[in-house]
Amino acid sequence: MRYVDEFRDSAAAARLVERIHRRPLVPVNLMEVCGTHTVAIFRHGIRQLLPDHVTLVSGPGCPVCVTANRDVDWAIALAHQPRTILATFGDMMKVPGSTSSLARARAEGCDVRVVYSTLDALAIARANPDRRVVFFGIGFETTAPTVACSILEAEQNGLDNYFVYSVHKVMPPPMKALVDAEEIRIDGFICPGHVSAIIGSEPYRFLAADYGIPCVIAGFEPLDVLQAVDMLLAMRAEGRAGVEIQYSRVVRPEGNPLAREQMYRVFQPSDAEWRGLGNIPGSGLEIREEYAHFDARRAFDIDPGPTREHAGCRCGEVLRGVVEPPQCPLYGRVCTPENPVGPCMVSSEGTCSTWFQFAGVE
Amino acid sequence: MSKERVLLAHGSGGKLSEELIRRVFVPAFGNPALNRMDDSAVLDGYRMAASSGAPQLIESAILARGPAGARPSVGRLALTTDCHVVKPLFFDGGDIGRLAVCGTVNDLAMVGATPLYLAAGFVLEEGLPMETLERVVASMRAAAEEAGVQIAAGDTKVVEQGKADGLFITTTGVGIVPEGIDLSGSNARPGDVVLLSGPIGDHGIAVLSRREGLEFGVPVASDVAPLNHLVAVLLEASPGLRAMRDPTRGGLATTLNELAAQSRVAIQVEEGRVPVRASVRAACEMLGYDPLYVANEGKLVAIVPPDEAERALAALRGTRYGEGAEMIGSVLPGPPGRVLMRTRIGGTRVVQMLMGEMLPRIC
Repeated sequence: MRYVDEFRDSAAAARLVERIHRRPLVPVNLMEVCGTHTVAIFRHGIRQLLPDHVTLVSGPGCPVCVTANRDVDWAIALAHQPRTILATFGDMMKVPGSTSSLARARAEGCDVRVVYSTLDALAIARANPDRRVVFFGIGFETTAPTVACSILEAEQNGLDNYFVYSVHKVMPPPMKALVDAEEIRIDGFICPGHVSAIIGSEPYRFLAADYGIPCVIAGFEPLDVLQAVDMLLAMRAEGRAGVEIQYSRVVRPEGNPLAREQMYRVFQPSDAEWRGLGNIPGSGLEIREEYAHFDARRAFDIDPGPTREHAGCRCGEVLRGVVEPPQCPLYGRVCTPENPVGPCMVSSEGTCSTWFQFAGVE
Repeated sequence: MSKERVLLAHGSGGKLSEELIRRVFVPAFGNPALNRMDDSAVLDGYRMAASSGAPQLIESAILARGPAGARPSVGRLALTTDCHVVKPLFFDGGDIGRLAVCGTVNDLAMVGATPLYLAAGFVLEEGLPMETLERVVASMRAAAEEAGVQIAAGDTKVVEQGKADGLFITTTGVGIVPEGIDLSGSNARPGDVVLLSGPIGDHGIAVLSRREGLEFGVPVASDVAPLNHLVAVLLEASPGLRAMRDPTRGGLATTLNELAAQSRVAIQVEEGRVPVRASVRAACEMLGYDPLYVANEGKLVAIVPPDEAERALAALRGTRYGEGAEMIGSVLPGPPGRVLMRTRIGGTRVVQMLMGEMLPRIC
């Protein structure tokens, strides 16, 4: 298959691995921010190919995982509203809120539907004019433009039973928060490929310029990741910090201005609550006043009650890269993908689930 | 009383399905035949004997005469059942009828049984076009003829509109395990070789693409097929055959895990040797699925002793449904129950059972 096979070539991988092993023997922590990268790294067994002094650290780039408990509770409460259909991406179904999950709400009789895109959600709204359809909008800059477009389309077609509960987030602010917190040393960022296809390379510039941390925007095939690691090591060896694009077949330095324009027509930056990282200024996307009638937060009068965190769950620290999943006492014992306690075990791109899936439990 | 509810994932064929069986069904029904947890129960108390080709069941009056044709002379009775709720009813390469026959025939074949008879139960939804039912039944007949089994009993129920999605079929099958054959998922030993009869993921992607109206370049046809003739050839070529299993729901990954757990061994497979059609790979890449977890309805995994592996592979490749067979890995002493994969780029990773719900109602 084109664009896949070339990037999984075993001979080319061996050459890259050899080059990485020849780089200076200085211990480095490289953080892959994006959950899709974490999956690629584990699925292809990349960690074992790297020398001991190169450590890959998983970051907070799984949108399901960073969704705060309060937002999950909101979605569950929305699903319980009369004449209401809650549409969501499949990964959110099993995420435990304070006391329940959307999967449980569905088993209890709520109308919760898994959709692959906002187009499905719009179609459900059109097919059910007597019911209210709420799309649970999660995701970073990759997803947010499509959700913005769904609102614009609903507006254009006079669809008045379609709502969005936006917990969309943007990527660079949590990276800054992680570096500022100084809980772990980060010597390089493997930046998310698809988010960067929208935002381009400029939003990461401050990490290189102000903090001296090299950044490489990487693709998701094994050779992409290996090459990104090598590019980061090269910058470190040469004593420079820049923002480089490895994933040049998809990412342009300027990103996708059209997608950003659609996104910011509907959304505006807001503060947002991240699981594990707390409230991060300017890291969320809320629906603008002129589209307020599509905003489920304003259209529904809901109090989901007090939030409850799960005792013992270390998802927050996992999301900050401070601990690895096996260091959590619940991992693989109480907390498994079938019975997840924390969201990092739910999402297919969550760090705990990825470890469980591809590294197992000792 | 448990306050839990049944989730769609309980029907996924993966980890939760296994838990449901162990928690609810085994404690209630547990008996030696069921507890082996193989694809078919092999009933030790009942033996078939044949005089002049037509088998007689000793110690039971039921099914005194089998269909005409060569049958094993003496053997134990094998029993299995399978429900089919696939949506849509018709898809590229098959339909619910062919699936209902092949699913049960294959479950019998996996324990080394020669399938003989099926019983079919139909749950029909009021308003189902008669023509649809007739097409499904004709397809069942064709599949039964191909497999060489007879549909000897049946039942029909009709429920009100909206209470079933067109048509559900349950098939129950009986067969004979010839004397001397004792296959079980618990027989794998370190050093054994793992064979796979052909490319994986066809059925799941065929059903999904029809259901969701997705197209992936080349259309993908389901591999649904009766495997009993292929199994007969394999048994001939590999008298020491340890175990077979068809990787249906839950896919190859789940089947390998079941075999590793039952035999208390580890299994290591080579990613580069597991055949996957380009169209299926493309579909999986787009949808974020791993072909290892996508369902098959006409493939089998066989574990054979090392000295019989080449012969068994050649025999498989000589059959209609085994042309694409490959040697995909080997059995290691441990860690018990673990499945490992050497990736294309030389790393190693764990392969787990299917977790959660992947594609509901694909069979």
